[in-house]
Amino acid sequence: METIISSKPLLAIIISLIAAFLIAITGEKARNLRETWTILAAFIKFGIVVSMLPDIINGKVIEYNLFKITPELLFHFKVDALGIFFSITAAFLWIITSFYSIGYMRRLNESAQTRYFAYFAISLSATIGIAFSANMFTAFVFYEILTLSTFPLVAHKETEEAKKGARKYLTYLLGTSIAFQLTAIVITYNISGNLNFSPDGVLNKNAAPFLVTITFLLYIAGITKAAIMPLHSWLPAAMVAPTPVSALLHAVAVVKTGVFMILRVVFYIFGIDLLKSLDLGTVLTVIASFTIIAASVIALRQDNLKLRLAYSTVSQLSYIVLGAALLTPSGIKGSIIHIGAHAFGKITLFFTAGAIYVATRKTKISELDGIGKKMPLTMASFTIGALSMIGIPPFAGVISKWYLSLGALEANQLFVLVILTLSTILNACYFMPIVYAAFMKKPKYDDNFKEYSGGGIHEAPMFVVIPHLITAILTVLIFLYPSFFLEIIRVILANIMGG
Amino acid sequence: MNLTEHASILIIVIPLIASFINIFLIFLKRTLCYPFFLLVLGICVILSIDILSTVISFGTLRYKLGGWTPPWGIEYVVDHLNAYLIVIVSSISFIIAIYSKDSIKKEIAKAKLPYFYSTYLLLTTGLLGITITGDIFNLYVFLEIASLSAYALIAIGEKRSVLASFNYIIMGTIGACFYLLGVGYIYIITGSLNISDLTRLLPSLYESKVTLTALAFFVVGIAIKIALFPLHRWLPDSYTFAPSAVSAFASATVTKVGIYVLIRISFTLFEPRFLTEITPLSNMLIWWSTIAIFFGSIIAIGQRDFKRTLSYILIAEIGYMVLGVSLGNKEGFIGAVLHILNDAVMIACLFMIAGGIFYRVGSRNLEDFTGLNKNMPITMSAFILAALSMIGIPPTAGFFSKWYLILGAIEAKYLISAATVVFSSLVNALIFFRIFEKIYFTKKEVIPQYTFRELPLSMMIPIIITALAILIIGFYSGEIISSIIKFTVPAGF
Repeated sequence: METIISSKPLLAIIISLIAAFLIAITGEKARNLRETWTILAAFIKFGIVVSMLPDIINGKVIEYNLFKITPELLFHFKVDALGIFFSITAAFLWIITSFYSIGYMRRLNESAQTRYFAYFAISLSATIGIAFSANMFTAFVFYEILTLSTFPLVAHKETEEAKKGARKYLTYLLGTSIAFQLTAIVITYNISGNLNFSPDGVLNKNAAPFLVTITFLLYIAGITKAAIMPLHSWLPAAMVAPTPVSALLHAVAVVKTGVFMILRVVFYIFGIDLLKSLDLGTVLTVIASFTIIAASVIALRQDNLKLRLAYSTVSQLSYIVLGAALLTPSGIKGSIIHIGAHAFGKITLFFTAGAIYVATRKTKISELDGIGKKMPLTMASFTIGALSMIGIPPFAGVISKWYLSLGALEANQLFVLVILTLSTILNACYFMPIVYAAFMKKPKYDDNFKEYSGGGIHEAPMFVVIPHLITAILTVLIFLYPSFFLEIIRVILANIMGG
Repeated sequence: MNLTEHASILIIVIPLIASFINIFLIFLKRTLCYPFFLLVLGICVILSIDILSTVISFGTLRYKLGGWTPPWGIEYVVDHLNAYLIVIVSSISFIIAIYSKDSIKKEIAKAKLPYFYSTYLLLTTGLLGITITGDIFNLYVFLEIASLSAYALIAIGEKRSVLASFNYIIMGTIGACFYLLGVGYIYIITGSLNISDLTRLLPSLYESKVTLTALAFFVVGIAIKIALFPLHRWLPDSYTFAPSAVSAFASATVTKVGIYVLIRISFTLFEPRFLTEITPLSNMLIWWSTIAIFFGSIIAIGQRDFKRTLSYILIAEIGYMVLGVSLGNKEGFIGAVLHILNDAVMIACLFMIAGGIFYRVGSRNLEDFTGLNKNMPITMSAFILAALSMIGIPPTAGFFSKWYLILGAIEAKYLISAATVVFSSLVNALIFFRIFEKIYFTKKEVIPQYTFRELPLSMMIPIIITALAILIIGFYSGEIISSIIKFTVPAGF
């Protein structure tokens, strides 16, 4: 494989750090200038990431060795197809979320906006850092930075509830990463002598099966950002954050970082052969299946819209884990496509939830009767997002579900098909009533929301509405033109399946 | 006169003589005391760096005191380990001397200041002496110089510090006595006090009961001096009630030098095999330190006083270093020696921050830390950095020593010890994030309206230096290991 040495990966990471610094020194007094930094950094970051794409598609790899801390702990970046796929998704959605954030935060007159935008930028640095990490150590560093930089965003409102949520968030994410993930990394290093992500796994094929199994489970328990049950409850707790944070970080960046790390561990630390020989893929398949169903059932019972979306995220993330755990080409394809498909679908849903809150201050599903008439654009986007989540054509979600089902057949795991079908039904059960109530039911008169109960169209500001329209349209476009996704995935598969 | 040739004696003699001169300066001009004090410690730093660079390029330095040939005369021996320690002690001493200028003024009477400077110089002399000497009796003398000046420095703190210092005297004296008894036994059977001489003489006496007794006395004596749980009782009170500068200096250096003595006794005076094969000591120390880490961390959670919290965290950190030393493999040892540096910088930084908060708020109670980020943003940023390093979040320095310690524990198959180190990191995370939450995420309404601004520069600069050092050391860990620590690993690991 051809390797290009370039500092682009580093630039892509640093650009938003610089932005964070500029945001912090600009401050509240010149807020238009402050927001300019965010937007500028978002565009430049996306530009840098995209500029690496052609080389990656041609099967090359971009590397950059930042420095050696010790001979065995290297701070290295390596951009491969999987990394570029994830980083393009995250960087692109950052642009959209930045506009949305500005509209949302200003309309609601949130406090400490400088802190908000600064930490948001740092989080994006860490996300791209994880996407471009060449080894487990570098990834771990960025993983921790991401946890720490999103902590102030979760605690943003400074209320008791926000603090409680943030505490839980930190306990789960930081706690498990130190207790389990770090231990797993140390054991990995102890067994194999290095931590590099290598396409056929870095762990010695002759390592003691018991130790390998323990390490695998430690990784799964330690990468809590993937929200695999039973270590998922930080994600609903994080919903106290402002909606743009929930949208980009807790539907895309943070949680996808989790599943991305799981993919790295499964394919690049353990390798398909080793997992197959110990049948660990099946273990992960069962855990993921359980999460898919259990989280959907819990989602059914949530009346808070953001909480329902959060549990839906928990469930959908395990689709990605499930696809990887099947260890078959189609399963992996489905898994990776779902990173993108879910990202666009779920961010649309969160954007609309935020739009509803901005326009009407409503957070509960039971209050949404008839809202489709007042906010037709928002609820149209919501419907598209929901249908994509359920997996109905012509939306992105159906492609990943299709490949996941194929993967299940290839792996001869028929129960996975049952799980997927059941989950589709459950998804429909918790999304369709909202759509139905929004368009078909008559609005209830509510004393609490007098000022928002007037007739006529009452959409949120344009800054808030346009982003979710864009992501909703993209959900359709991904279905119509999936070739971009498939092209990258072909390179990834060639890499890890050895041709 | 060639400076480099005599650097190893000058670094002891200069602060020793300066501590006396400083008192006479009172009669000449009081305001001269502080600049003189700072100058002397600055010279020590330069000398220590000179010694380190000589050792790195030419290997072990030997200096015959008074021209007497060892083993009859006293010999100063400086290898990579001493040189490393000397740089740590003298730099921390200098940095905290800068810090002490303003911080100490609030805590003790102005008339006593010159005496404070003198005693501080004496403590530096003692600590440097312990690390530089190659003679176990001479080491005892310096140990007493250091301890006596530490008792005095602690006792000039607030009211309750006198009792704390008294406790420290009792425990410290027992520790010193035990050490001296160990020296006595060794002298009885070998007739020598020179460490390199003893290294040659002792192996034939490993089966002797006297040697075993001496070892037991050494280890328990040092365990008291480094406050290895459960012999730690003197430490929390002393470091809580002492003046901020003293807490910072003593916590960062006194225990580290104690660890150095433990390494010297275990691996230079005796051979590693004596500890692993002939006596069960290394196994015992592993469990002992694991318990120390566990309880130090657990007790730290329950503290409401910031300096006391730090003291208990320090007790757990001491456990880390003893653990690394006794694991008996390369990784563990590297972890321990690297942690000596990391912990010295982190704990000094944290104690200086505690002192800074006390300087402005007048309280050490964690409840009073609400909303401090509004008034002291830079100090609080430094606090975050130091705390993250204490927890062991990469790329701060604390991560790397912990990495080696865990690796060493797994290598030696002490999985419980490895798990305890991880557990203690989690406890640190709990402790520090609880404090962060108080500082950063408190509703405006409940924040007391302090009017003060940041700390005076003389306190800010040392805090910033140590905080940045945590990052820089983290990035250069590999460099430090390959150019210094690699050579300190005992043969046979």
